[in-house]
Amino acid sequence: MDEASIARRGLSPRLWLAGGWLLLALLAAIFAPLVAPQDPLAQDLMLERLPPFWLDGAEPGYWLGTDSLGRDLLSRLIFGGRIAFIVAFAAATSACLLGSALGLIAGYVGGWADRIISRIVDVWMAFPPVLFAILLVAVLGTGLSSVILAIAIIDWTRFCRVIRAEAMSQARMDYVESARIAGYGRIGIMLREVLPNVLPSVVALLSLEMGIAVIVEAILSFVNLSISTDDPTWGSIIAEGRLSIHQAWWVLVFPLITLILTVLSFSQFGEALKARFDPVLR
Amino acid sequence: MSVNVEPCLDIRGLSAVLPNGQRVLRSVSLSVHPGEVRALVGESGAGKTMIGKAVLGVLPKSVRIVEGEMLIEGEDLGRLDPKARRTLIGARTALIPQDPLTALNPSRRIGAQMIDRLVRILGWNGEKADKRIRQLLDEVQIRDSERVLKSYPHELSGGMRQRVLIAAAFAAEPRLIVADEPTTALDVTVQKQILRLIAQLQRDHGTAILFVTHDLGVVAKISQKVSVLYAGKVVEEAETAALFEAPQHPYTRALMAATPRYTDPYASLKPVDETVLAGLAAEIAAADQAWRPRHD
Repeated sequence: MDEASIARRGLSPRLWLAGGWLLLALLAAIFAPLVAPQDPLAQDLMLERLPPFWLDGAEPGYWLGTDSLGRDLLSRLIFGGRIAFIVAFAAATSACLLGSALGLIAGYVGGWADRIISRIVDVWMAFPPVLFAILLVAVLGTGLSSVILAIAIIDWTRFCRVIRAEAMSQARMDYVESARIAGYGRIGIMLREVLPNVLPSVVALLSLEMGIAVIVEAILSFVNLSISTDDPTWGSIIAEGRLSIHQAWWVLVFPLITLILTVLSFSQFGEALKARFDPVLR
Repeated sequence: MSVNVEPCLDIRGLSAVLPNGQRVLRSVSLSVHPGEVRALVGESGAGKTMIGKAVLGVLPKSVRIVEGEMLIEGEDLGRLDPKARRTLIGARTALIPQDPLTALNPSRRIGAQMIDRLVRILGWNGEKADKRIRQLLDEVQIRDSERVLKSYPHELSGGMRQRVLIAAAFAAEPRLIVADEPTTALDVTVQKQILRLIAQLQRDHGTAILFVTHDLGVVAKISQKVSVLYAGKVVEEAETAALFEAPQHPYTRALMAATPRYTDPYASLKPVDETVLAGLAAEIAAADQAWRPRHD
């Protein structure tokens, strides 16, 4: 890879736009107490349903307006981002580790291992994912860790299927055969020869999965099955916004935009990363 | 060849079957002595590559060996446990593959891949392996070894990759190299250079080679001995010079007649005679009829 091609790819607008939004949202979430203009939980009935800053009747300091209890929407979105990112990273990483490991084994080892793992995946995917998530959280109890666990338990199959197919095609390659001749065992070949070649797909899927995890968490919040109702999450803000759509549309619209931008950025970022990681596309 | 020298590779009566019971190798016997090049020639589907894979322990799962022995420097592969077999094959043999495009890991740099193998097989440290690799790249006439070591496989041409693979095959000083049609996937102009390189390194290192090919021209250039394979059966075995002078088996004669001549390539291009093939088919059918695997 020469300098020119690094520079050329580095300027991919997709990577910059998606990565820029994610970085902005992530930094805002991390430094939420410093960045947020107001306390996200402070209610003030004198300030209820203030419109965003460009409309008449807006108050300075409440940029995106307030909800029906007078809480600052921007601050709530920023604090909600904390939950969204924690869930995105933790759930997607767990799903990725579990799914990729099983997919690698099924694809490379084949035979009985493949048959067992593939049947489990088939059964798993027959469950409607959102219902499955709601069911799992209902059983596990609400709270951050059960939301993360539920998403990981549901979505590992996504990784497993893709990585299995890729590992299978890698296993037929001559360089895998020559590693076998050189005396490497199964685990050595999986980690040394197969894994580096499926890594671009793992990275792309991981990023995509983070977006999906954000959606699933929002859905669970929406039906009031995520974490405690005090902490703002994007899903719970959307749920509240739905009730006051005719009086204060912004309470619904801004969290939706935030959610869509974030999910879209995760998927685009993943694709752009894949293109950069893949030595043949590079 | 002197009788008291132990062969590098000794295959005795090797038979293999597919799950449907069809025989793919029919009591194959052949040996390669130290420092010798044995060509294994035959048309596609004859089982040449299968024999190479059997020796290297990488037969597809569907192919089952039902009888016969394979000895590498006197050690019977069938008697070793899988781990010991893998270690033995790794240390004493190497492969020069047919397709240089898929034989190198696309996502790892050439240098890292080559060094890894040496560290694995010989237990060397990275520095020593690095030195050895550079020396071998020099031997295969790669001048800008610095750049090649840092490259990914797709950044090199097919001929360059095949040179790298030849260097890698010889690097750990194996006793036996299986060369599986190493020039087939290359340009005609590059083929000659690669063949010359293999011959050169073979002489310098004194390595025995089992050279799988369908090209009698290549056989004449590189080997001292030939086994002619048809439908998984060795139909003729001879010193190369003797074979070209006086082929004994009708199939060998037909195969030679089918080789295009440079002077008049089209007129001389004819398929293997059908009566010869019919005779072979009858011969093989009779042998299969009489054959019972020993283990049954």
